[in-house]
Amino acid sequence: MTQAQLQEGANISALSEEPGGRKWRDYFSFNTDHKVIGIQYLVTTFIFYCIGGVLADLVRTELKTPETDFVSPEVYNSLFTLHATIMIFLWIVPAGAGFANYLIPLMIGAKDMAFPRLNAVAFWMIPPAGLLLISSLLIGDAPDAGWTSYPPLSLVTGQVGEAIWIMSVLLLGTSSILGAINFLVTIWKMRIPGMTVNQMPLFCWSMIATSAITLLSTPVLAGALILLAFDLLAGTTFFNPTGGGDPIVYQHMFWFYSHPAVYIMILPFFGLISEILPVHARKPVFGYQAIAYSSLAISFLGLIVWAHHMFTSGIPGWLRMFFMITTMIIAVPTGIKVFSWVATVWGGKLRLNSAMLFAMGFVGTFVIGGISGVMLAAVPFDIHVHDTYFVVAHLHYVLFGGSVLGIYAGFYHWFPKMTGRMLNEFWGKVHFALTIVGLNMTFLPMHKLGMMGMNRRIAVYDPKFETLNFICTMGSYLLAVSTFPFIINAIWSWMYGPKAANNPWQALTLEWMTTSPPAIENFDKLPVLATGPYDYGMSNGDNKEVENVPFSDEKEPALAAGPNSALRADPDPKVAANPEDRK
Amino acid sequence: MQSQTLDPAKTALNYHHTEAAAHHEEHPDHRITGLIMFLVAEGMIFFGMFGAYLAFRSVLPSWPPEGTPDLELLLPGVNTIILISSSFVIHNADTAIKKNDVSGMRTWLAITAAMGAIFLAGQLYEYSNLEFGLTTNLFASAFYVLTGFHGLHVFIGLVAILAVLWRSRVAGHYSSEKHFGVEAAEIYWHFVDVVWIVLFGLLYIL
Repeated sequence: MTQAQLQEGANISALSEEPGGRKWRDYFSFNTDHKVIGIQYLVTTFIFYCIGGVLADLVRTELKTPETDFVSPEVYNSLFTLHATIMIFLWIVPAGAGFANYLIPLMIGAKDMAFPRLNAVAFWMIPPAGLLLISSLLIGDAPDAGWTSYPPLSLVTGQVGEAIWIMSVLLLGTSSILGAINFLVTIWKMRIPGMTVNQMPLFCWSMIATSAITLLSTPVLAGALILLAFDLLAGTTFFNPTGGGDPIVYQHMFWFYSHPAVYIMILPFFGLISEILPVHARKPVFGYQAIAYSSLAISFLGLIVWAHHMFTSGIPGWLRMFFMITTMIIAVPTGIKVFSWVATVWGGKLRLNSAMLFAMGFVGTFVIGGISGVMLAAVPFDIHVHDTYFVVAHLHYVLFGGSVLGIYAGFYHWFPKMTGRMLNEFWGKVHFALTIVGLNMTFLPMHKLGMMGMNRRIAVYDPKFETLNFICTMGSYLLAVSTFPFIINAIWSWMYGPKAANNPWQALTLEWMTTSPPAIENFDKLPVLATGPYDYGMSNGDNKEVENVPFSDEKEPALAAGPNSALRADPDPKVAANPEDRK
Repeated sequence: MQSQTLDPAKTALNYHHTEAAAHHEEHPDHRITGLIMFLVAEGMIFFGMFGAYLAFRSVLPSWPPEGTPDLELLLPGVNTIILISSSFVIHNADTAIKKNDVSGMRTWLAITAAMGAIFLAGQLYEYSNLEFGLTTNLFASAFYVLTGFHGLHVFIGLVAILAVLWRSRVAGHYSSEKHFGVEAAEIYWHFVDVVWIVLFGLLYIL
């Protein structure tokens, strides 16, 4: 490097007031720093979550009574279509990418993603796609064929709204493919020297699994949507039976993406939970390899089970058997994860803060959703409850009780790292209490409604379902209220919250070995691995960051004694001052 | 937000002196891996469409549907030979640039571009002579959409080759050390070629 370049470098760095310092306008620009992009993802998708939540409450308001007394049936159809599309494509899927963008380079000791500009491109596809989708409400021709957009229904309802839906989903799909390429190359190529694949944090494993299914399944949806667009706009009849086409082929292509997509929506949060639970249970994660490889097993199995969404579509019996069995087998790797988490928490010295509460809420509600998933995998039961509220209950337990609680757990856990400030714990717990009550109040009665035979996607229903629907609607209002403590807490703490230490939770992944918030290229000096995946330290053995813990629990001094004393996988009497910790 | 132990002058740009930077410079080029993954995704779009084509074929009682005029094989056959040969031609461009032979690379790329253009022209000529349109029947729709989508990819590959040719006018832009653009264009071109072989088998022969 020449003297001039050095000088230039010194000048530019002098402009930055502090290492993690970013001006607010950086977050509204085409910035290539993975940390900025991660926060852009998280904030943007959270705004879409609020919009999708308002739509959900409008749907529930209509369903409070058996008659259509709030919106017309046509508007009702648009509301639930947009609610689902926004929640899936603009909130849960990109929120996972947001965490991955922020955390992966930090966790593997890289200074940025492999393709920083591509990363920014992937993010900046999302706001226009979302605005495009929402604009369809304003022009009065919103898509109203459900988020699955099954033909021939989607071909005969509003044409402009459907075209907007296709365009928007294609954009979002492109964004997630570009993101997946970036995650895979970054994780494979940019780990610090000496970090083998079996030494990566579990979140990286889960993002490999997620990115692999994104890469393999999203393009098939794109193919289906291109053909659907031809049907809609050019008069072909691929999926239109009146011209000899076959709508079932669309269903196969759609679910070839959209079933794996449910794992795109849950695997990143499996990864987050696997990071959060050990830290706040103050015990090493149980079954590192089992959790890591079960992610891969889930993603492989997820790719071959799509037709279990089509048990009632007239596919042959032997095919239904195949898809029933493969679907049920997914319960095995999922169960491995759940039992590993339980074993991680078991006997730990739990720190019941907001992040931990959301993480444990995640495991509990996800298990309910998972079990109803196994029930739905059984062909006879599925035929009985197909397209009823039982399915709605199942998917919301998985996606709200799983993904959304996982996102919140991640927010609370990494907020100090992202912003350099601590969140208020009291309001975090209020947020958790309202959320967990609201979610169960909203979605638990739906199981019963489904068993009683209430169809999904209807605005008018039999008055015998009214009481349960009323409870669900009240629960949905509670869920809306529950976001306010979070929003206010997040904004207030970001501005005025107490300063966070570099490693407030005594965690052992690499992102905690740098400043909060991290410097522009993450690490001053290259961190090194001591032994296992969760035994990290700085290159010179200087672990002052870990010891400098203002939020440690004073009742347990052992935890602050040494960098790895609390979480070491192998008991080391020299380091572990308190052997009680590893029961 | 506090500065903690890190001195900004050490972290932001002087970072290039650190061992972390040295590590990343060991792997300066991840772009080929990224490109291959992108092509996996592209391949899956074609995979989905081919799957749909086979599904339509298996659902309908006769295929192609009765009354579909037969496809002429001569022109697309010649076109196929041209496209497959161009894959070998573009490989010479890669070999040339690895020997620092920029003018050789330019020649081979120009020949490849010409062959790609002939392929596209042949495809358009074939379209103009076909006796069925996009909406005639399911086979016709699938034929136009699949070959058209592939043709779009040939066009993108052609643009990539022309872009490499354009940039190679700058002395030193490509060399035996630095030739990602050439390699990327070559890999993309091979991909387009492989897809065409499957497509040709499905639509014209099977």
